This record gives sequence, structure tokens and C-alpha cells, in this order.
Amino acid sequence: MASLARVRLAGRAMPRTHLASSPALALSRRGVATTADTTQLQGALPESATEPFTLKLHEDSFQSYLCDTPSLDVSITKDELLTMYKQMQTMRRMEMAADALYKAKMIRGFCHLAIGQEAVSVGMEHGIDPNDRVITGYRCHPFAVLRGGTIKGVLGELLGRQAGMSNGKGGSMHIFTPTFFGGNGIVGAQVPVGAGAAFAQKYRGEKNCTFAMYGDGASNQGQVFEAFNMAKLWNLPTIFVCENNNGRSSNTQYFTRGDRIPGIQVNGMDIIAATQAVKYARNWAVDQDNGPLLLEFVTYRYGGHSMSDPGTTYRTREEVQRMRSTQDPIRGLQRYLEEWGIATEQDLKKLDKEAKAEVDKAVEEAKALKDLWTDIYYKGTEPTSMRGREREEVPLLLNAPLTSLRRLGVSGLSVERGWCRVLGVGA
Amino acid sequence: MNVYQAVRDAMATAMAKDDSAVVFGEDVAFGGVFRCTMGLAEEFGKERVFNTPLTEQGIAGFGIGMAAMGHTAIAEIQFADYIFPAFDQLVNEAAKIRYRSGNSFNVGALTVRTPTMAVGHGGLYHSQSPEGFFMGAAGLKVVIPRSPIQAKGLLLGSIRDPNPVIFMEPKILYRSAVEQVPIDDYELPLGKAEILVPGQDLTLLTWGTPVYHCETAMHVLSNPAPELESLIPQSMRGVKIELIDLRSILPWDMETIVESVNRTGRLVIVHEAGMTGGVGGEIASEIQKRCFLKLNAPVRRVTGWDVPVGLQYEKFHIPDAIRVVDAMIETLTY
Ligand SMILES: Cc1ncc(C[n+]2csc(CCOP(=O)(O)OP(=O)(O)O)c2C)c(N)n1
Ligand SMILES: [Mg+2]
Repeated sequence: MASLARVRLAGRAMPRTHLASSPALALSRRGVATTADTTQLQGALPESATEPFTLKLHEDSFQSYLCDTPSLDVSITKDELLTMYKQMQTMRRMEMAADALYKAKMIRGFCHLAIGQEAVSVGMEHGIDPNDRVITGYRCHPFAVLRGGTIKGVLGELLGRQAGMSNGKGGSMHIFTPTFFGGNGIVGAQVPVGAGAAFAQKYRGEKNCTFAMYGDGASNQGQVFEAFNMAKLWNLPTIFVCENNNGRSSNTQYFTRGDRIPGIQVNGMDIIAATQAVKYARNWAVDQDNGPLLLEFVTYRYGGHSMSDPGTTYRTREEVQRMRSTQDPIRGLQRYLEEWGIATEQDLKKLDKEAKAEVDKAVEEAKALKDLWTDIYYKGTEPTSMRGREREEVPLLLNAPLTSLRRLGVSGLSVERGWCRVLGVGA
Repeated sequence: MNVYQAVRDAMATAMAKDDSAVVFGEDVAFGGVFRCTMGLAEEFGKERVFNTPLTEQGIAGFGIGMAAMGHTAIAEIQFADYIFPAFDQLVNEAAKIRYRSGNSFNVGALTVRTPTMAVGHGGLYHSQSPEGFFMGAAGLKVVIPRSPIQAKGLLLGSIRDPNPVIFMEPKILYRSAVEQVPIDDYELPLGKAEILVPGQDLTLLTWGTPVYHCETAMHVLSNPAPELESLIPQSMRGVKIELIDLRSILPWDMETIVESVNRTGRLVIVHEAGMTGGVGGEIASEIQKRCFLKLNAPVRRVTGWDVPVGLQYEKFHIPDAIRVVDAMIETLTY
């Protein structure tokens, strides 16, 4: 026992204290830079919003394993940069709206936000083809919107309303579009599913790939390694994407964990680097038919793990604050846009306002009706009537000497929601 | 103490007396999601209370290896919904190792704790009750406590039982149920149901959270609110219901239930898991065989619906007091 304990301690205690005490150190231990403001403009800026020009990424944007790093020269247009900015702002606004709705107790259950990680979701969308597939874990809201969903659909789902993308039946972790195989609440379970999707793409001869995403924590699930092996064995166009928001594992170089699968570690706080890496991965798996690739985005989540976690178990408040003020992906892009003369502060404020208005509108629309009466029976086999109880009927129950009801508090029976039960359904 | 404090107390008691006892699981060194391991790492050291990576199959297998070496392994699976990745290790390894090694090895020192049942708005992956999936895993024991006193005594019993035990803690009760829990070391027996309220007209059998809904249902039946009076036949007022907490799901206490049903002639089984493949089916079948001539009505099951647990209206999904009342009236007036 004692020796076992020592082995464990040696493996664990060190990295954790480092991570907690010094964010800068913690991040440098993770390899690439996580700055969001080190990309340089090369040459002159064109007049036209759609004419490409060249940017130079910081030399520490990537680190590779068994392959070359992506080029540091990026060709991009003003329009694209502005779209990125607007999308990142909108995604953050949406997550903030979810945060507020959760705090107002309108969203219940489990809700995981990706505030701080916008450069990954938006950057990915700018590097991939509309027909590529994406599958991820439970931190999934931005992907659902960017892959063809709507903000109203996402918020409606969180609220459990009919407007939700899964009719409000699933909630935060259960959102799908034709090219997005959803959030997944079982940590790691989505990764082999992504390999299967990539197999189907290859089998059908589609010029597409699947991005199977997971967290640093999820990377320790056995089935992630099983998926790596299958993808390499069958040379599948699967891009395994690890969103590393401060992982603790025996090997924290997540991009090297695919054994014979090459990998790239990416500055996940700079959207330009993120997009460049995704383009590289697509080219690798689809155009070059090189098989799977690992992408590790080194990123940072400002909030806690979920709405019920203050987020200071693994990190200090100061660390989070420092990341927010120095390495924020949105502020980083904002700085580029202003510095390079692509947009003024006023221009960007206008975009911010539009983003906010779009989200505010979606919040209102999403709050529409709850959907209780569908998806209970196979179509055509419904009973003639289904009954429910309304708030006014609840006191009937409370009149009884319900000691045990009280013991359970409001959670025991749904007194707080004014609903009590369905009579006769399925009986 | 509430349930999570009682669970913590049981683990602290076990660890204080048994140097080989170790607690591990996702985030347990920080106290765990439900606070059940609060302060244990500080009290017993990080060598004995430690976080594992996110790897349920690994956690189960690791615990099996440890227990096979004679260590007391107390593993936590963060939610019962996440026990499925560990299912193979539990069913194929933990349950069978004694048998397949000719009794040269056993993992009796393994206990897997996991929070179970609905929480109000857990949805698909935080509200399931998977106890039924283990019913066929001969070699495992499955225990579900209803209250703090029960939780401490049954957990200590589970930790010390010479068989691997899956200990499922109804998560809604962690904070809501409070009792004066003895601080001494005590164990409650596994495999024994408890008659909470004796009666002679109907046996009401349940475990975990629904124990409280059943208790409520009994009050409603004998003493309905004026608005409900017309719906509940007058003949129900004096009926004597026998309420039983099964406590151990595997093996279940056939003797107590058979004896009770032979007296009452009626059985209603209540559980949160869906009906199909649920524990109730197994019990109902055995009872109809053993009590056939004494039964005055078919055995009735009140359960969650056979659908995934939706995000909204979880209260409609789980069996509540009114559904239990319905079932009792039907069974009593059959
Ligand atoms: C199989 C399984 N085990 C445990 C959990 C509980 N859980 C949800 S998220 C999480 C941490 C995951 O961390 P990571 O993969 O790094 O993703 P992040 O939250 O950082 O985005 C845990 C333990 C779960 N959902 N599924
Ligand atoms: Mg993480």
C-alpha cells in the first residue's frame, strides 16, 4: 500500500501545484504560446474586403509530432476576419445568456459553457468544409449553432422548450444538426463514434473528414485510445481534436498521445492559428489521404466545469482573471483588427451590439411553449386523451399530512413548477 | 447528519479501523460532486484518498486488482449513469473472479459507491437507476439505502462484506434526509429487507427515494384531502398497508417479502427505473410463483416509463405518490 501511494503521489502532486500557483508557467509547460495578439500583418492591406492578404503567425503557434507544423503564413480577407469577430462575440453572448437564464433558474440541470474557448469553435468552422462532420462532448453549444443550428434552437433546448433543437427533450448536452453529431454527456463516448463516421465518409468516397472532439479529461477514457487505433489501422479521415483547457494526465502533451498518429499542438487562443491548423488537418486527412491526425488546442475556459461549479477547484480566481484580461481570443482579434486598420473601435462596437441584439431576440423566442405531450407514443398509437395537473391542483396533495413530502422539499414533487403528475399516461 | 455526511462518516470509520482501506474516484480528493468525501483526504492523507483520471472502466478494474491483493477498495463512480463504461469489469471480472479462480481469489473488499435515481432535472445522463442491469450478475451485491442511518450502517456492511458490492446512493436524499446518526461503528445486514410500517391488507415494496413517495401515498389513502375524498373509495380509509424497504436489491430478501405477501395477499412494487427489465419484474415473477394461492390481485408495478429520462417534467417520469395511490386502490379493489 505504502509504495503504491508513493508512486501515485510522485505522478500527481507536482504538476498540480505548478498549475495552481503560476498560470504563465502552467501554460508554458503546455508547449505552444497562448497569446492572442502576436500575429503580424505582412505587407500592405488591400482595399477590397474580399481580396486576400498575408499574416504571419507567431513561431510558437504550433508544435508537432511525427509531422510538419502548419505554415506560419496565412492568407485571409478582411471580411473573413470580421466574420470571425462577429461569430465569436455572438457565441460568447449566447453562452452568457445561458448563464443568466441558468442563474434565473429557467435553465435547469447540467449546463456547460465554453466562454473563453471561442477561438476553437469559430476557428474550426472557418477551416472546414460544410459537409465535414463534427462530434463533440457536452460543451457543445457553439458548435451546434455554427454547424447549421440556431441560437434560438440551442437556448430553447437548454430551456426545455419546443423551440429546442431536440424539442427540449434533451437539454444542454443533446443538440444535433445534419453535420453535427451532437453533444454527448458520456465523457469520451463520442470519439469512437467519430471514427465510425469517418469510415462511412471514406467508404462512400466523400471528400470529407470527421472532427471527433474531446477534452483533456476525456482523453483518458479507454475508448479514446481504441478509436485512435481503429482510425490508424484503417487510415480513416478522422481528426481527433483535444480541447485542452488545463489538463492533468500522465502525459499532458495531448497531441503526442496517438502513438503512431501524428499530432499538432495549436495555440487555441488565437483564432487565426486555430483556423490554420484545421485547414492543415483537412488537407492532411482528405486531400493527402494521410489518415488520422491529432489536434490539440491549448485553450482556456473562464467559467467552472458546469454551472454548479465555481471553477476554482483547479485554478485560482486570479489566474482566471489574468487569462481573461491578457489572452482573451476576442480581445486579441479586436486588437488585430484595430491595429491593422481593418475596423475602428466604433465598427466593432456596432458588431457587438448586433451580436447582443441577435441573442436577446433568440432568448425571447426560445422561451415559447414547453413540449410535454409529444414523443410519448409511437405515432398513431396515442391514447385518446392524456391528462396533466396544473398548479391549482397541487394543494390537494399538500393538504394531506405529507411529512415525507416535506422531507423531500420542493424537489420531491414538482411543487415549484406547478406540475404534479400525468394521470393515465401509459396506464 | 444527512446522507452525504453519513456516507462520509462510514468511510471515515472504515478507514480508521482498516489501514488498507483506500478511497478513489473522479474528484474525490476535493470532496466529490456530492461532498461525500469532504475532508477525507485531509484526514487520512492523499495516499489513501485520491483522484483518478476520467476512466470508469479503469477505476473498476483498478479497484478489482487492489481488492484481489487484499486491500479494501472503496471506489466512486461519479454518477450511476457513468457506471456503464465500467459494466464489463464489474460483471465479468468482479462478479466472477471468485468462481472462476476456484476461490483462490476474490474481490470481496471492493465496494463501488455511486449516486443514483432522479434529482429533479438531471435528464438523460444524470437521473438513471441502473440497479436492474446488475440483477443477473451473480457474484455481485447491490445495496440502496433510504436514509442517513441506513446509509452509514449499510455502507459499513458493504465495505466489510466478503463480496463485491455496488452501493447506490439516491442523490436527491443526500441533503434532504436528516437523522440522528450514531457516531459509533455499526453495520446493518445486507440481503435483509426492513418492514417500515406493518400492515395486513397490502404489501408496498420499494427502495431508495420512492420510499418517501410511498409513505406519502399511504397518508393520502387513509386520510385524503377533502378535494380528493370523492376519488378515493371510503373503504380505503381503514386499510392497513405494509411498507417494506428492500434495501438490498441483490440478493433480495425473498423470505421477508414472501412472508409479507402471504399475509396481505397483495403486492405493489415501486421503483424509479423503467418497468421493462426492472427489478420489479423479477420480484413479481418469484412472488406469483411462491404466493400464487394467497394472492388476491395481480402483482402491480409502479415504475418510471420505458423511455429515456427527459430533461423536463422529471416528476412525471418517476413514480410519485398519486400513481402509487392509484395502484394501491386498483389492487385493493381488484
Ligand atoms: C463517463 C463519464 N464520466 C464522468 C462524467 C462526469 N464529467 C462530466 S465532464 C467531466 C470532466 C471532463 O473534463 P474534460 O474532458 O477536460 O472537458 P472540459 O470539461 O474541460 O471541457 C466529468 C468528470 C461524465 N459525464 N461521463
Ligand atoms: Mg478539460
